[in-house]
Amino acid sequence: MRIGIDVGGTNTDAVLLSAANRLLASVKTPTTPDVTDGVAWAVNDLLAAAAAAGAIERIDDLQAVMIGTTHFTNAIVERRGLTPTAVVRLALPATAALPPLVGWPKQLREAVGTQHYLVHGGYEYDGSELATMDPDELKRVAADVAGRGLRSVAVTSVFAPVNSEMELRAAEILRAEVPDLAVSCSHEFGRIGLLERENATVLNAALVDLAGRIVDGLTAALRNAGIRAPLLLSQNDGTVMDVEYARRFPVATFASGPTNSMRGAAFLAGLDECAVVDVGGTTADIGIVTGGFPREAGAVTELAGVRTNFRMPDLLSLGIGGGTRVRGNDFGPDSVGYELTERSLVFGGTELTLTDLAVRAGMIDLGDPDLVAHLESVRVAGVLAAVAERIAEAVDRMRTSSAPLPVVVVGGGSMLVPEALTGLEDIRRPEHYAVANAVGAAIAEVGGEVDRVFQVDSGTRDRILAEVKQEAVARAENAGAKAGTVRVVDVEEVPLAYLPGGATRIRVKAVGRLDVTRMVHA
Amino acid sequence: MRELILSDVDDIARGAAILGAGGGGDPYTGRLLAEAAIEQHGPVSVVDIVEVTPDAVVVPVSFMGAPTVSTEKLPSGQEAIVALRTLENVAGLKATHLVPIEIGGMNSVIPVAAAAETGLPLVDGDAMGRAFPEAHMVLPTLIGVSCTPMVIVDDKGNSMVLDTVTNQWAERIARAVCAEAGCSVFTVDTVLRGDQLADGLVPGTLGLAQRLGETVRVSMDPVQSVVDTLGGRVLITGKVADVDRRTSGGFVRGEARIEGTGEDRGSVLRLSFQNEHLLAERDGELLTSTPDLICVLDNETGEPVTTEGMRYGNRVAVLGVPCDRRWRTPEGLRLTGPRAFGYDHDYVSITGGTK
Repeated sequence: MRIGIDVGGTNTDAVLLSAANRLLASVKTPTTPDVTDGVAWAVNDLLAAAAAAGAIERIDDLQAVMIGTTHFTNAIVERRGLTPTAVVRLALPATAALPPLVGWPKQLREAVGTQHYLVHGGYEYDGSELATMDPDELKRVAADVAGRGLRSVAVTSVFAPVNSEMELRAAEILRAEVPDLAVSCSHEFGRIGLLERENATVLNAALVDLAGRIVDGLTAALRNAGIRAPLLLSQNDGTVMDVEYARRFPVATFASGPTNSMRGAAFLAGLDECAVVDVGGTTADIGIVTGGFPREAGAVTELAGVRTNFRMPDLLSLGIGGGTRVRGNDFGPDSVGYELTERSLVFGGTELTLTDLAVRAGMIDLGDPDLVAHLESVRVAGVLAAVAERIAEAVDRMRTSSAPLPVVVVGGGSMLVPEALTGLEDIRRPEHYAVANAVGAAIAEVGGEVDRVFQVDSGTRDRILAEVKQEAVARAENAGAKAGTVRVVDVEEVPLAYLPGGATRIRVKAVGRLDVTRMVHA
Repeated sequence: MRELILSDVDDIARGAAILGAGGGGDPYTGRLLAEAAIEQHGPVSVVDIVEVTPDAVVVPVSFMGAPTVSTEKLPSGQEAIVALRTLENVAGLKATHLVPIEIGGMNSVIPVAAAAETGLPLVDGDAMGRAFPEAHMVLPTLIGVSCTPMVIVDDKGNSMVLDTVTNQWAERIARAVCAEAGCSVFTVDTVLRGDQLADGLVPGTLGLAQRLGETVRVSMDPVQSVVDTLGGRVLITGKVADVDRRTSGGFVRGEARIEGTGEDRGSVLRLSFQNEHLLAERDGELLTSTPDLICVLDNETGEPVTTEGMRYGNRVAVLGVPCDRRWRTPEGLRLTGPRAFGYDHDYVSITGGTK
């Protein structure tokens, strides 16, 4: 059995899942300023609840603990606990026109450090050398880095996704010159687009100290609770990484929150293909799950004002939630938010909200129905129908074909979605939706991805695709997936304009079940 | 004369990406280059065509290569200046003004960076009035202006001078040189005299791009605002239901199927694209074609969707916008009509009437 934990802004949720993915126990506890305290608390509560229900006999029956946390994202947004970072770019004579950290918000740039070095090196699109790397140039960089007392460095070479060799050699030289230097290399972040990949690498490098502290804290929290099972952290693509990987790649946890929520909701409804509508107090977030994974948004996403090329779930947010204010026949987008239980009519307040209308319409039993009995039922029905129509339209805009698509509705405001939506007959409301995020963390698998430019000719396409798929599968297995369970879940081929010889960007993602026998134990 | 300042670049880049009709590449890198250059060297002077003296030497500066490569292998920052100096030495002339060769994507803002770096004024206009994929698809070709001498400079500092017998040959040889140099080069070519600008440029397109970018940024109904600014009309509002791409000869040839939503439900628009959107057929009827502009916009934000960025599930509005009148002449259509791109169709104008 496995524990899944979601550390949210308000609550830390924990669930216990059986080996067959049955939900055995769940708890909700407040998130604490020191995240690890809240996790320890949640784990202790969960184990107590599981023991009381007779769901767990021996604590060593636990095979893994999977945690989804927004801690690293928040650290960047709030500029807390960041490690001053040196940025090394292997690129001269190219790229000098735009130095590293260009376009970053000033405060974040200052928190991360403005020390950057452009040196000779890098590749052309076909993997041939743009310029030869000069080890002496790197040794001079290393001496300067050491002299400034910097302990973390981000290394990016031009076209590292096509050829990673120069980054690896540069990392080796830097580490040899500066003992204990933490080196983040851009090819580990995989995608073409120098500035965005470099930005991701720098964010990662700035998080390595914090990652060490958090991983140590979480490991200690589990050990104190008597748990020896390995700790894994959720990544933004719906897969997990082990703690050694997490120490080196904390940036991969970004956006794991919405991903876990959507995967958890789909899983609880027993679906691999569905739309997920998560209605909270302020917004309704709509996404599409295909093959058990959220459909991803386009190539570039912004985090705290920094452009990166992480893949994030494609979400459409509407200003519709339980706390959304109603005026006349109009609603939103403003909301009373978390003050619902003080300001809405059914709780004795003075603001008319969508929750009040739902109570009046008998869609939910909440607060004091007498306080909304005066609302004219025809008007209430009209506004609620308009709400449902907006949601139906949004789901329709997100779906990619007219084929029937089940809609999974979760969240505290889910009563606002009626039993049928226009064009969408199959509405599911899974049990335990309040802990969908933690369930999403607990069911995560292990993934591997390849994203590179290949020269594809008409005769070689099938062979190249087969090789790329094999490489993605091997990467998943190396990351801890059980051999034989790995499957390819996504293939994308984009021929590149103005490049000779059928240059095509191919991205393949493979995932497989976690091989717990190969995990590091706490 | 007016000044183009740092905060104008964003609007120009956004507007130019719309005018690129799906091509021209993501202007983000070009925008950063222009902003960095203005930050370092100060604002750029922009002049209208009528302000340019007849003996002025007006030089188009542009990027040539693969947009994807340009996002990875950024320029050294020396390319434009080296190219200009080489041109001046070889041709024995002195550049007085710079100008964009096209008003699409990256190449609308690259000259802004070059103007800031060189201190030369920038002419408000361009040689296409949109984006086209090949160097000879410019109005100056129609009035007998040669693309060469063309100077090509790469990020390593290599520079090459072409002198070709036709503009088509310039395109063909430059493309080969570009690939060998790493698919990301700067060129200066198609030098115009001041008295050739009226016939060789579409006037005012930098200002148009800026107004367009601004209206999309502030408008409550961006798609309608684009139609109001450019003329033309919405061909369909819908969802990208299928995208099929393949490459041949360095150019992407693709088709997208857009299924109508809302009032257009039940209709299907078939979009044929190469590097730009070229044909739009709705329910089997060809509504418009190149050289008119077919612009695909995000239906919510009005942001342009490039041919490379078009994905299954995009919610879009497809616009047909009239091109410059000189492209509608028989000579213009020979250069940029559907047959120039290998489609067996006559030109269909968005403003009605076929040719």
